[in-house]
Amino acid sequence: MALIDKMEEQLRPPEEFVNVEYPAKYITLATGEKMVIRQISREECPIALEAVKPLMDVERDFYDIVAVRMYAEILGYMRYRVKDEYVFLGTINGEIVGIVNGRSVNAQLGMSYHTIAIRQGLRLGAQLFAAKMEYHFDFLNQDEVLIVAESPNGFKRWMIEYELESRPEVWHELGGVPTYVLTRALWEKHKPVKCTGRRPVPEELLAANIPARLPGAYAQKK
Amino acid sequence: MREVGIVGVGHTKFGRWNGSFLDQAATAAVEALRDAGVDLAAGKAHIDQVFLASMGVGQVNKISGAASALVDTINLRPAMAETVENGPASGASAVKLAYMAIASGMADTVLVVGAEQMRILTGWESTDFVATMSHPDAEYPYGLTLPSFAGMFTRLYMEKYGLTETDLAIVSVKNHENAMHNPCAHIRLVPSLHAITEDEDADVINPYVADPIRVYSTCPMSDGAAALVLTALDTGREFAHKPVRIAGIGQATDTHVVAERPDPLDLFAVRESARKAYEMAGMGPEDIDVAELHDAFQILEIVESEEVGFFPRGEGAKAAREGRTRVDGDKPINTSGGLKAKGHPVGATGVSQVVEIVRQLRGEAEGRQVKDAQTGLTTNFGGFGNNVVSIILTTKEEG
Repeated sequence: MALIDKMEEQLRPPEEFVNVEYPAKYITLATGEKMVIRQISREECPIALEAVKPLMDVERDFYDIVAVRMYAEILGYMRYRVKDEYVFLGTINGEIVGIVNGRSVNAQLGMSYHTIAIRQGLRLGAQLFAAKMEYHFDFLNQDEVLIVAESPNGFKRWMIEYELESRPEVWHELGGVPTYVLTRALWEKHKPVKCTGRRPVPEELLAANIPARLPGAYAQKK
Repeated sequence: MREVGIVGVGHTKFGRWNGSFLDQAATAAVEALRDAGVDLAAGKAHIDQVFLASMGVGQVNKISGAASALVDTINLRPAMAETVENGPASGASAVKLAYMAIASGMADTVLVVGAEQMRILTGWESTDFVATMSHPDAEYPYGLTLPSFAGMFTRLYMEKYGLTETDLAIVSVKNHENAMHNPCAHIRLVPSLHAITEDEDADVINPYVADPIRVYSTCPMSDGAAALVLTALDTGREFAHKPVRIAGIGQATDTHVVAERPDPLDLFAVRESARKAYEMAGMGPEDIDVAELHDAFQILEIVESEEVGFFPRGEGAKAAREGRTRVDGDKPINTSGGLKAKGHPVGATGVSQVVEIVRQLRGEAEGRQVKDAQTGLTTNFGGFGNNVVSIILTTKEEG
């Protein structure tokens, strides 16, 4: 093995706590379209990065900070520089309409990173956020998820609607803004009205969504 | 009394306005003045009076005397100026006051602007802001909100007339379809009737706001502004458009406390305001080719369509199911997308409704045009029906 590979091995974090794959699901949206939510591997990260890039200069609703940070996080996942991270795509007919990501801190604790809805008006972000909470609680079997918000929209959707517990003394990795926590009890309380979707995704529907393709338009850019 | 007509209309895109309240109001105002062909150079517009309608400019934006600021912003000094606050009926009230100013001879040409910024608040704050129109002693302190009124009202109507949630969704889908043709509409997507009513995911993607009211049977919170130029028809002043005549205006109030009404389902003020407007116009419901009814909740479009005399009591939903209220139906309602999809910046709504009817009567409602429309009705609903203004506009000659 070349020296660089040994060095690289030293640099890569071990993967310990994202040990269960999130099974893809689909949701019928208000328009009748089917959105597929699925976890992606590192091989699919380049298109996720491309999908996020156009939002990096959109100041409105804090898309810029969310997009820039998400870009870095996905890049960090792709290049093995973040420990126990995962990335989900939301796609409609293969088109990327939203992305969420997060990581596991340890076996009991999850950490939500970012949620970005590329297509607006269909509460896609709410569904994608619910999917990652579902992953932490129902598949990784964790007890709590640490959450911060960088936009008023995020604060309304997560902190208020999920009645998150304020825990400012806990340090979230996203820069020390006030931390909130979704506990298992809160998840169980809100899950019936926040989380939906069906499994398995019919083969034909899944095939129509893989590979993912870039969004056709960004309403945020107008 | 002098005859009054509308010669200019302006309308911002409803939704989120990334600017100040005054910028938004001025944008609609300037568009209306340009539409009327008014010379915008300082001192040449010859606008005698400006009415600015807004429910929240004082409460939300912390601006008092906003009409004076607007007049100065768009160089209409020394026009007379007043701000009109009458809850969600502020817009139509301002149109009524403009009509009175002209009809009385106090003014010849009047600018009416309705403007609101609701998206600078959280959803909860907006709901609270709107709830301040409820009775300050008997309703508001107990936590009653407009969605809660609408929920109870809808449930009662369901029990009495057999209305279903699907009936509400049918009205909603129709209005969303209309909004797809309105470039000023806040929400431009068409929900699938099946997806929002029967699909397994429906309870999450179309959740209850106040049972049985769901997200897709209530209006969004919107920023927005709309404006009109009204003028006397006897001055000989020329404008870019032939005037659309205001044939009738009616306004009525009802008990402020909804629980004090003998029958809570009886929207007396809607019926009475329409009756007065019909009487003044010398017309009846049969003369109306197109209507904009205040559908802050889908139930209101249904019940108002009955109260203004389009359909018998209890049959508004049946008419919607049969497609009679669609653009190509015999009583097209909310061709703009209504409050449901065009949006509901409360103080702007009454003005926006009139803008849509003017566009319909001018034949400018591309994609949603009602064939041969000559006469239209607007109903602007304040409080939970405690102060309602109805306006009839026509291109027909008087008499």
